[in-house]
Amino acid sequence: MKVLMFGWEFPPHITGGLGTACFGLTKGLAKHGVEVIFVVPKSFGDESQDGFRLINASDIELDFTQTLTQEFREKISYMEVGSNLVPYLDPEEFERWYSEEVAGKKSETHSIFSRKYQFSGKYGANLMEEVSRYALVALSVANNFEYDVIHAHDWLTYAAGIAAKKISGKPLIVHVHATEFDRSGENVNKVVYDIERNGMEEADRVITVSNFTRQIVIERYGIPAEKVFTVHNAVEPVDKPEADDVTKHVREKIVTFLGRVTYQKGPDYFVEAAHKVLQRDPNVRFVMAGSGDLLNRMIRRVAQLKMGTRFHFTGFLAGAEVDRMFAMSDVYVMPSVSEPFGISPLEAMRTNVPVVISKQSGVAEVLQHALKVDFWDIDALADAIYGILHYDGLRKMFARYGKSEVDSLIWENAALKVLDVYNNATGH
Amino acid sequence: MRSVCLYFQVHQPYRLRTYRFFNIGHDHYYYDDYQNRHIIRRVAEKCYLPANRMMLQLINEFGKAFKVSYSISGTALDQFAQYVPEVIDSFRQLAATGCVEFISETEYHSLASLGNEQEFIRQIESQRKRIETLFGQTPQTFRNSELIYSDSIGETIANLGFHTILTEGAKHILGWKSPNYIYCNNLNPKLRVLLRNFRLSDDISFRFSEQRWSEWPLTAEKFVGWLNAIDPHEEVVNLYMDYETIGEHQWKETGIFDFFYHLPAAVFSKSNFNFATPEELYQRLQPMGALSVPYAISWADEERDLTAWKGNELQAEAFSKLYSLSDSIAKCDDPVIRRDWGYLQSSNHFYYMSTKWFSAGEVHKHFNPYGSPYDAFINYMNAISDFTIRIEASLSAINAGAGPDDDKPARKAGKKTSAVKIKAVKKTVKSAVKAKKTMASEKVKKEAKLKAAEKPKKTPKTVSAAKKA
Repeated sequence: MKVLMFGWEFPPHITGGLGTACFGLTKGLAKHGVEVIFVVPKSFGDESQDGFRLINASDIELDFTQTLTQEFREKISYMEVGSNLVPYLDPEEFERWYSEEVAGKKSETHSIFSRKYQFSGKYGANLMEEVSRYALVALSVANNFEYDVIHAHDWLTYAAGIAAKKISGKPLIVHVHATEFDRSGENVNKVVYDIERNGMEEADRVITVSNFTRQIVIERYGIPAEKVFTVHNAVEPVDKPEADDVTKHVREKIVTFLGRVTYQKGPDYFVEAAHKVLQRDPNVRFVMAGSGDLLNRMIRRVAQLKMGTRFHFTGFLAGAEVDRMFAMSDVYVMPSVSEPFGISPLEAMRTNVPVVISKQSGVAEVLQHALKVDFWDIDALADAIYGILHYDGLRKMFARYGKSEVDSLIWENAALKVLDVYNNATGH
Repeated sequence: MRSVCLYFQVHQPYRLRTYRFFNIGHDHYYYDDYQNRHIIRRVAEKCYLPANRMMLQLINEFGKAFKVSYSISGTALDQFAQYVPEVIDSFRQLAATGCVEFISETEYHSLASLGNEQEFIRQIESQRKRIETLFGQTPQTFRNSELIYSDSIGETIANLGFHTILTEGAKHILGWKSPNYIYCNNLNPKLRVLLRNFRLSDDISFRFSEQRWSEWPLTAEKFVGWLNAIDPHEEVVNLYMDYETIGEHQWKETGIFDFFYHLPAAVFSKSNFNFATPEELYQRLQPMGALSVPYAISWADEERDLTAWKGNELQAEAFSKLYSLSDSIAKCDDPVIRRDWGYLQSSNHFYYMSTKWFSAGEVHKHFNPYGSPYDAFINYMNAISDFTIRIEASLSAINAGAGPDDDKPARKAGKKTSAVKIKAVKKTVKSAVKAKKTMASEKVKKEAKLKAAEKPKKTPKTVSAAKKA
C-alpha cells in the first residue's frame, strides 16, 4: 500500500495539532508497512524549479522530542511544495498574515514559479487563490508518482486531493480534523464550507477524528453515514524530563484553562464556574492561559465578578511555559463548546493533572479517567472542579490511571484503523 | 426428598439527586424523589405486583407444597410505604399463606458488616423488628447485602440468634465441594450456611433471555432436566436472585412469568425435588461440615469478592468518610439525621463508583443513574460533606444542651449569652418562620406571636451571636 498524503508540517518545525497529528499518523502507518509520499506546502524562497522538491528522509532534522525509526526512514518520502499555505488560519487571518509576512518580502519570493505555472509569479495573496494554486502544483506531484490511495488533511488540501484523484483515478480519502462549524459556530464562512463539502463529496471515504465530528459531517454536510469513519487521534508517547524544577509560589491550588480564548474554547464558562467555586472556597486560584478575541471580555467579566485577585491571565504561552503551567496545575479544564478532538487534556494527564472536559469534545469519547460535563452546565463544571480540589480519592484515581490511559492511545493503533479505511476504499 | 430453595431479593435504594457543592451547608435533602418514585412504581407494576400475584396463585394451586422466601430491604419497604403501599399488602397476603419465609438483612442494604459492627447489629435488629411487625414472623435466617459473608460475619450473625445464613457458592471457597449441601460456620457450628447455586441461578437471572445462549429458550421442563442431572446424593439447590429478575431485568415478553408459573408443576411431576424455605432446610438437613471463609465473599462478578463496592480509591475514600461518622451518629438521636445516615449507606452508592466496568460488562450500566463513577463519587461526597456538617451541628447542640448541667458557660457564644438561650431562640425563630410559611391556622400564628413575644428584643442580638458561634 502506497499513499499520497497531503499533510501539514514536518519535523523539525511543527507548530500545532494538525501537524502533530499528520506526523504521528505517518509514523504509525510506516510501522504497518505502508509507504507514504508526504507532501506539505512550504514557503521556501530558494532555487527549486519544479514547484516541489523531494527531501531525503535522512536529511530531516530532528529535535529531541522526535524519534524516527528505521522503517520510517525507509517508508516515507517527504516532499515540500512551494506555497505559503499555512494551517490554522481562516481567510481573514490569512490576508492579514500575508500582508505582514509575505508582502514585505515580495522581492525575495518573486518569480519563483513564474516559469512553469501561469500565476502572478508569487504566492497567492488570497487564501482561496492559494488553495487552487497549491492544487495545481500538487497535480504535477500526483502525475509523477505511483500510489494506491490519496489522503488529504483538512480543507486547505482538499482541492489538491481532488485534483490528484482526477488525474490518477485513485480513491481519495479526506481527513476531517475540524469543520467550519467548530471554528465559527453558526456563523460559517460559506466559501470554506463549500470547499469542505465539495471535498467530502468528492472523497471516496471520509475520516473524522471523533464521532462528534462524524455526526457534524453527516448532519451538516449531508455526507452519507456509510462512507464516514471515525479514527480517534492518538498522542506521541514522550518521555519529557520531569519538570521538578517548577516551583509553585502560591499555596493555593491552581485551576487552569489553557488554549485560545475564543468562542470555540468556551472560556466564558470557565470564568463563571470559577466564580461559583470561589464563592465557597476562596483558597483557589484560576489561571487563563492563552489569548484570543474574547480575552478582553473575559478580563472585564473577571473584574465585574470582583475576583481579580484570584483569577489570573498569562497571555499566550508556548513550549516550556506550557509544560510549566501544567506542572503547576491541580486541575486542567477544557470547557470547549465544540472540539473535534482536543489534545490538550491528554497532555495535562500525562503530567498527572486531573482534567475536566466538555462532553462536546472528541477526546471525551476516548477518555474514561476524566470528568465530563456539558460545556453549558456551569454548575456541573464548578462541581467537578470543587470535587477534584476537595476529595482526595479523585486525585488518587487520576494519578493512578490517567497517565497509563493516555499512554495507551498510540498512533500505531489509530494507523491500523486508517489502513482499514484504505483497504476498504481500494477494495483490498 | 431433595429440595429447591427459592429466595428472592427485593431492594431499591434511595437514589441521590444531583447534589452540588454549593448546596452543602444549607440544603439537606439528598434524594431524587422523581426518579425514586418513577422507578419504584415502574418495577412494582412490571415485577412486584404481578409476580406476587403469580406466587399467590401457585401457592393456592399446590396447597402447601410450593414455598418461596424473600428478603425485603428497609429502603424498599420505605419506598413502598411512600409510593406504592399496595406492594406491602400483597407481600402480607403471601405471608398469610404460611408458605413464605421472610429473611432478615441489614435495614438499609448496607455494607455495615465491613464498616462498623455496632451499626451492623443495630440495623439487623431494627430490620428484624420491621419484619415481625409487617409480616408476623420473626426471621431466623439472615442474608447480608450482596450475600457478603465471612467466618467472622457469620459469627456475629450467630450471636444475634439467627440459625441460618445465605451466601454465594463461590468456587474459590468451595473447591471440590458442592454448593448443593448445607454447611456450617467455621467459628460457630450452630450457624448453618446455605450456598447459592450460581450456575443454575444465573441461568435464570442473567441468561434467560440471551438468544445467543446455546440453551435458549429455557423452559421449565428443560430446567427440571438439569435438576435431575444433579448427583442424587446432593440435597438442595439454592436458587437466589433479585426479585426484579421477574418482569424487570427479564421483561414479561421474554416469557419469564411463564417459566416461573410452570416451574412448580414441572418440578413436582418430573423430579424428586420439592420446594423448601431455609427454615425447613435447617429443620431437616444436617450440615456436611464447616466451611472456611476467612476473607469476605459476595455474589458479584467473576471474582465473587468485594471489589465492586470497595475496589478503588474513590470507594475507599467514600467508605471511610461514611463510617468515620459512626461514633458521632451513635450520640445523635435526631430521627431525620438517623434516617439519612441509613439511606446514605446503601451499597448501591458504592457500586455506582466502581470503575470495574470500564473494560467489561455493560450489564451494570443499565442500573446506574450516573454517567461515570467519578460523577457518582463527587455527588456522594457532596452529600456526605453536608451530612457531616449537620451531625457536627447536632452534636454541638446536644453538648450545648448539656451545658447548664455541667455548669459551664458556653465560651464561644460569648457576651453572657448562654448556649441554652441561643438554642431556645433558634427554635423560636424557626417556628416563627415555619408559622409564616404555613399560615394555615390562626392558632399557629398566635402561638408564634406568643413565643416571639417571650423574647422580643433579644432576638436579633442573640441570633447574630449564634451565627458567630
